[in-house]
Amino acid sequence: MSEHGWSWSAEKRLPSTKGAHIPLMEEILQQLQQLGWSRECRDHFGIEMALEESLSNAIRHGNCYDTSKHVLVECKASPDRFWLRVTDEGNGFKPKEVPDCTADENLECPGGRGLALMKAYMTHVEYNKRGNCVTMEKTRTC
Amino acid sequence: MATPRRIKVNESGKVTVVTFNDSKIIDEAEIQEFGQELYDLVEREDRKKIVLNFGNVEFLSSAALGKLIGFDKRVKQHKAELILSNIRPEIYEVFAITKLTKLFVIKDDEADALAAI
Repeated sequence: MSEHGWSWSAEKRLPSTKGAHIPLMEEILQQLQQLGWSRECRDHFGIEMALEESLSNAIRHGNCYDTSKHVLVECKASPDRFWLRVTDEGNGFKPKEVPDCTADENLECPGGRGLALMKAYMTHVEYNKRGNCVTMEKTRTC
Repeated sequence: MATPRRIKVNESGKVTVVTFNDSKIIDEAEIQEFGQELYDLVEREDRKKIVLNFGNVEFLSSAALGKLIGFDKRVKQHKAELILSNIRPEIYEVFAITKLTKLFVIKDDEADALAAI
């Protein structure tokens, strides 16, 4: 992911408790709004979705609500780009082993939708080898 | 049954019409609660025709989608019928991305849903 003239950045450590990510999500979304990302635009909705899914996955599936573990959130934004990295302290997972939730036979499966939504809304999504860190970027389209 | 906190339940003839009290369905405790309130409609109250009106819903997470899928399974187990309506375009896109448009019957508005159920 390339260097860029970022207007705002933040780094936070979240506890692994239910809902711990929600205030940070709101803070990031407010920053984006101040940078011109309209709440009326699909991009804003998509970033909200990617934040919700990546942060709640890290707390729930990554750290398994273990209060001795934290989630590191690194975020950068400018009027036309958004960048996010979420790292948990769990064992990681292999994204390719997650069943495709959009396949007819998996429509009723419990998981995989968060990953599909992040991929659909973000311009680029990648995982580290261990599978405990997701990095994503969004280029503004509206 | 105690008054539900996450949903509102109304009757339209033999059809149960459900609306959501929260515009954002992301809080895990609230999702658990809203799931249980939906499950109760078929498991405890034996309602057979249900319309979920999403008019109030501006955002929902994949965890909320999971609860809706669980509800759909219970609806089918109890041989009831379920139709979703009034889904905003951005929420409909979430259903489309996850292909849940294939699983659920979705109508544009409540009147269409009531006519179809």
